[in-house]
Amino acid sequence: MARRSASILSRLLANPSSPFIAPSRSITYMPRPGDGAPRTVTLIPGDGIGPLVTGAVEQVMEAMHAPVHFERYEVRGNMRRVPEEVIESVKRNKVCLKGGLATPVGGGVSSLNMQLRKELDIFASLVNCINFPGLATRHENVDIVVIRENTEGEYSGLEHEVVPGVVESLKVITKFCSERIARYAFEYAYLNNRKKVTAVHKANIMKLADGLFLESCREVAKHYSGITYNEIIVDNCCMQLVAKPEQFDVMVTPNLYGNLIANTAAGIAGGTGVMPGGNVGAEHAIFEQGASAGNVGNDKIVEQKKANPVALLLSSAMMLRHLRFPTFADRLETAVKQVIQEGKCRTKDVGGDCTTQEVVDAVIAALE
Amino acid sequence: MSRRSISLLKNLRNITNGSKIQTRSVTYMPRPGDGKPRPVTLIPGDGVGPLVTNAVEQVMEAMHAPVYFEPFEVHGDMKSLPEGLLDSIKKNKVCLKGGLKTPLPVGGGVSSLNVSLRKELDLFASLVNCFNLPGLASRHENVDIVVIRENTEGEYAGLEHEVVPGVVESLKVITKFCSERIAKYAFEYAYLNNRKKVTAVHKANIMKLADGLFLESCQEVAKKYPSIAYNEIIVDNCCMQLVARPEQFDVMVTPNLYGNLVANTAAGIAGGTGVMPGGNVGAEYAVFEQGASAGNVGKDTTEEQKNANPVALLLSSAMMLRHLQFPSFADRLETAVKRVISEGKCRTEDLGGNSTTQEVVNAVIANLD
Repeated sequence: MARRSASILSRLLANPSSPFIAPSRSITYMPRPGDGAPRTVTLIPGDGIGPLVTGAVEQVMEAMHAPVHFERYEVRGNMRRVPEEVIESVKRNKVCLKGGLATPVGGGVSSLNMQLRKELDIFASLVNCINFPGLATRHENVDIVVIRENTEGEYSGLEHEVVPGVVESLKVITKFCSERIARYAFEYAYLNNRKKVTAVHKANIMKLADGLFLESCREVAKHYSGITYNEIIVDNCCMQLVAKPEQFDVMVTPNLYGNLIANTAAGIAGGTGVMPGGNVGAEHAIFEQGASAGNVGNDKIVEQKKANPVALLLSSAMMLRHLRFPTFADRLETAVKQVIQEGKCRTKDVGGDCTTQEVVDAVIAALE
Repeated sequence: MSRRSISLLKNLRNITNGSKIQTRSVTYMPRPGDGKPRPVTLIPGDGVGPLVTNAVEQVMEAMHAPVYFEPFEVHGDMKSLPEGLLDSIKKNKVCLKGGLKTPLPVGGGVSSLNVSLRKELDLFASLVNCFNLPGLASRHENVDIVVIRENTEGEYAGLEHEVVPGVVESLKVITKFCSERIAKYAFEYAYLNNRKKVTAVHKANIMKLADGLFLESCQEVAKKYPSIAYNEIIVDNCCMQLVARPEQFDVMVTPNLYGNLVANTAAGIAGGTGVMPGGNVGAEYAVFEQGASAGNVGKDTTEEQKNANPVALLLSSAMMLRHLQFPSFADRLETAVKRVISEGKCRTEDLGGNSTTQEVVNAVIANLD
């Protein structure tokens, strides 16, 4: 499995962490026979703004003549389970692109996002939060990759009501999962030339659970002597994130803290509307908008069609790299970043007034 | 109990609003016996704790405030709280505390003394008031958030066990009783302090039963306060909104873990945990300490160079003075501290200056009038 993950990781190399004009890759992609053949990708439009932004991606892919074609499946957030055919399709294609699936609040239905991740054993969620030139934010020099354990932790979904009025919720941490997320994080840092990995925890209160997580991280850290490793308690981490975000590089966290840290980091770097992200497992990968997978926008945005497609466009660029189409990925990223930098076409969440379609047209025009 | 909490809450009023002269809308009639010196338990704590509590003692003396301190030695690595300490707090009803360092597990066994103190005294509400101090530049403007956090249950129940080697389970317990009382506290606080909005922070889409119970309690209590706007926000979206547009939040009520993170984030955007006041309040007792990071006892370099920031504990002791019904002393202390901050000449390292703790204390004492 380690060999497999190394190859997957080398494909995820040189993500939008490099400077923006012309990414300079340090691996040469030798085209193998059979590469360039069109690949099938499962597409799940999702709820709310999902269909809008995945439509945007499809348009851009067509305009680029990218060698992917999409198999579309309708999944709604209030279905009881993800349909079997969808899971079969993802297992066959190995790659999926997904809009948001809204998770209804209240009892009865479990989160379909979580279910997909558990069935396909997609254990790592990656969000790259980085300042885009041209997009003004209050914090400078932000370049943080949050690697979050995706399957266990607080999101096990194991709850029960002991007596009326008292509810217990289980948080499960296992050595197996902690070790593999730590190994993923360090391997990612190593392959992407990152200097530091920070483990985020609350082991002073949850001694056994987060203590186990920390032990696993420390063991893996010993194998990577070229990468600095340190640990930070999660409440201090939140404060440091808003005070001095430049001190963080790669952060590895359990499930819940990772969710909050990823959202905070995305917020300081420009908003969840522009941050790319992906969920990666040993065999499958699902690419979706970076930090808020359950955020499907409010009804007003759906009506006015003003959702921000940038996050999903950049995630699909990550997907293209994963599928070994680096030139297409580079073209797409350059075009999107050019549109952001020009600043003429921006949707509401980053301060402009354009609709999704206008942003898509601008990106297509910027493709060369 | 509710009558008691109302009087306690009235005394915690008017902690906010840094930028203007305090205008109180309640007239304090001195009752016979008021103004008598009150004893307050003092716990210096670890690390920079003794430094900052000493700062408070100096300022209290300079003001001739009618409090006197009963110090107790407690260190973070003690196995349990010393016996005399709990009796003293139960007698005095008020405590001022520096930080107690919670040791990272080296084989387990020692639990957090901060948390056990809160549990024994049933201090169910933790309050952190995060607001922009004039003169202290931060990246976010118009921040005035009060984070009210449930203090006794939730993820910090401390119930963990290793099922099989390599698999650990940790229990998060949410009860209707505790959720209801924290919701009642939050709404009553908002009502008495003229706050417009209460926001409940949760993750009930994933943890449906646990956070669902918390939300139900908040919704029930919200019905009784029709003049206060109530809304709910999922915690990951909340973190992002906090750093993007913090002016939309007013009072936030949260369970234990989310409250910890939200309070620290809010403190960070408003100027840092070195300046935010906070307190832990129960039905009968109150413990005042630095706002957001109770376990943060500073680095060794800060302790050596003696430039820990005393502002947070000074503002928390002003809250304490109000709680003890000495409002004029509280006002004098707050005005002095805010004047020192807005002048900006004397600031410790975490705010960008390089004064020592003692210099800040001297500046505050000089500004008392």
